[in-house]
Amino acid sequence: MHDYLVTIGLEVHAQILTASKMFCGCSADYADAAPNTHVCPTCLGLPGALPVINRRAIEFAIATGLALNCRIQHANLISRKNYFYADLPSGYQRSQYDDPLCVAGWLDIDGDEGPRRIGLTRVHIEEDTGKLTHADDNTSLVDFNRAGVPLMEIVSEPDIASPEEAKRYFQKLRQILIWIGVNTGDMEKGALRCDANVSLRPVGQEAYGAKVEIKNMNSFRALERALVYEIDRQAAVLRAGGRITQETRGWDESRGITEAQRTKEGSADYRYFPEPDIPPLQVDETLIDACRARLPELPDTRRARFMHEYGLSLQDAETLTADRHRAAYYERTVIAVQAVGGTPRDAAVWIAGELLRLINDTGEELQAAETRLPPAAVAEVVDMLLRGAITRTTAKEAFEVAFRTGQSPAQIVAERGWAVISDTDALTRLAREVIAAHPKAVAEYQGGKATAIKFLIGQIMKATKGQASPQMVQSALEAELDPGA
Amino acid sequence: MSLTLEETAHVARLARLRLTPDELARMQVQLSNILDHFTLLQEVDVSDIPPTAQVTDLVNAMRDDLVRPSLPRDEALANAPAQAEGMFRVGAIFEE
Repeated sequence: MHDYLVTIGLEVHAQILTASKMFCGCSADYADAAPNTHVCPTCLGLPGALPVINRRAIEFAIATGLALNCRIQHANLISRKNYFYADLPSGYQRSQYDDPLCVAGWLDIDGDEGPRRIGLTRVHIEEDTGKLTHADDNTSLVDFNRAGVPLMEIVSEPDIASPEEAKRYFQKLRQILIWIGVNTGDMEKGALRCDANVSLRPVGQEAYGAKVEIKNMNSFRALERALVYEIDRQAAVLRAGGRITQETRGWDESRGITEAQRTKEGSADYRYFPEPDIPPLQVDETLIDACRARLPELPDTRRARFMHEYGLSLQDAETLTADRHRAAYYERTVIAVQAVGGTPRDAAVWIAGELLRLINDTGEELQAAETRLPPAAVAEVVDMLLRGAITRTTAKEAFEVAFRTGQSPAQIVAERGWAVISDTDALTRLAREVIAAHPKAVAEYQGGKATAIKFLIGQIMKATKGQASPQMVQSALEAELDPGA
Repeated sequence: MSLTLEETAHVARLARLRLTPDELARMQVQLSNILDHFTLLQEVDVSDIPPTAQVTDLVNAMRDDLVRPSLPRDEALANAPAQAEGMFRVGAIFEE
C-alpha cells in the first residue's frame, strides 16, 4: 500500500464484569442460562418499571478510563437511543451520547515503525440488547437474558495505520481489561467485540477518504484478515477511478470477504434524548480517587519494573506479564528461589522456559497447574541444581514430573535415585571397569589421542544413566589412566 | 404549517405507524399545531435556567451489584402473542 494512506479506528464493546445487569437486579451471566430466565419488567422494557444504575458498573467503567489514561467527566448523561429492532424490548437503548463517562485517553502499542500512541476518544456505558435466533419458518426467536447487561464502548481515534497495528491495539486493550478485572476477554462468548472504521486516501491528501464500517469480527485473526481484505478492496476501487461509498460491511469469515450490509431503516435517526427515568450521574473526585486506589499495577509498568528490578530481558518481562496471575506467580517464585540462593533470572528461566511450555502442551491455565507446581516446588529444583545434587537434565525431568504429578521435586529425585553420583569410590570402581572393558580406547588415549577419553566418559555416563557429573567422571578416569599425573 | 407532509410521513415511519393518506394529512395538522405551541414556549427567556431532563432533584440514584430474583419465565412470556422454545417469536429478521 504505497500509494494510499490507511486510517483505522476501532470501536470495542466490552461486557462490564458485574453480577447483575446495568439497571436491574437480574443476573448478567447470560452465557449458559435457559432463554428468558434472567428477565424482569425493567430489562423487558415493560411500562412503569424503574431503572436504577448498578454502582459497580460505573466504578468498573471509571477504572477502565483511568487505566486507559482518560479524563473522567464529572457530569454524566444517560440518553435514550431510539430505534426499532426485535432484540430491543423498550424501543430504545440506554447509552451515552453527549457527556460520556471517560474522554481523551490513550494506549501505547508497538507500532509497525516503533512505539505508537493510539488516542482514545471516549469510553461510555450502555446496555446490551437481547439475542435473536433465526428459525426455519421465517420467524425469529428472541431471548432477553442479554438485554440490559452492562457494556462499555471504547472508541479509538483514527490513529491506527495498519491491520497489524489494529490487532496489537485490540490485544493490548483486551490484556488491560482482563488485568484490571472488568471483563473476561472471552471473544467467543461475545464478552468482547470489535467493529472497525477504515478509510484510504492518496498519499499527500489531507482530507480522510470515505469511511467504511466493518462488523462481525470475532477474533484477532478475523480482525486482521477483514482489514487486509477491506483495504485491498478499497484500493482496487480507487485505482480503477471509482469512489468509496460510506457504508457498513459485514465480515464473512468462511468466505474471507466483507460485504455491504442492509442498513437498519432510519438508523441515522436515533433521536437521542436524556433518559428521564434516571437522575443525573455526578462522578466526584472522591469516587475517582477510590477507583484509582483500587487499580492494580498495570502491565506496562510491571513489565518495566521486572526489567529493572529483576534484570529480565524485554522478552522475558513481556512473557511474564502477559496476565496478572502469571506476573504474581513469577514474583512469588522469585521470593522462594531467592530464599535458596537463586536469582530472579533462575525463576524466569524455569517459568518462561519450562512451565509455559508444559502448560501449553496440556492446554490448561496456570491457576490449575499451580496447585501441582507451587513456587516452592520451583525453588526446590533450583536449590538441588545449585547444590550440585542433580544435573540440569535431571532437573528438567524432575520439574516435568512434578508438574504432571504434583509430587515434590526433592521427593521425585530421591525416590527415583536421580541424585548425582558424587561418591568418588563408586566412580573409581566404574572407571576401572570401563578401562578393563575397552582396551582399544585406552591404548589410543595412552598413545597420545587425548579425545579418546571422551568415549570412556560416555561409557560411564551410560552406565550411570546420566546421573554422574561429567567432570568428576573425567577426573576419576584420568586418575586411573595417568596415575603419575 | 410547520411540518411538511414528507416530514410527517418520516416521523410516522420512525414510530412504526402505518397511516392512510387521510390520517397522514390529519396528523400533519395536529403535529404542526403541537410544534407551533412549542414555538410559543421558546419565546420565554430561559437564559438563566440550566437545562434539565429531570424533575425529582435526585442525583446518583444507584444500587449495589446484587442479583435479585427474575420473573418466572411463563410470566415473562405471558403477554407474548407468539412464543416458541421459551422465547418470544417475532416476524423474520434477516441479519444485515
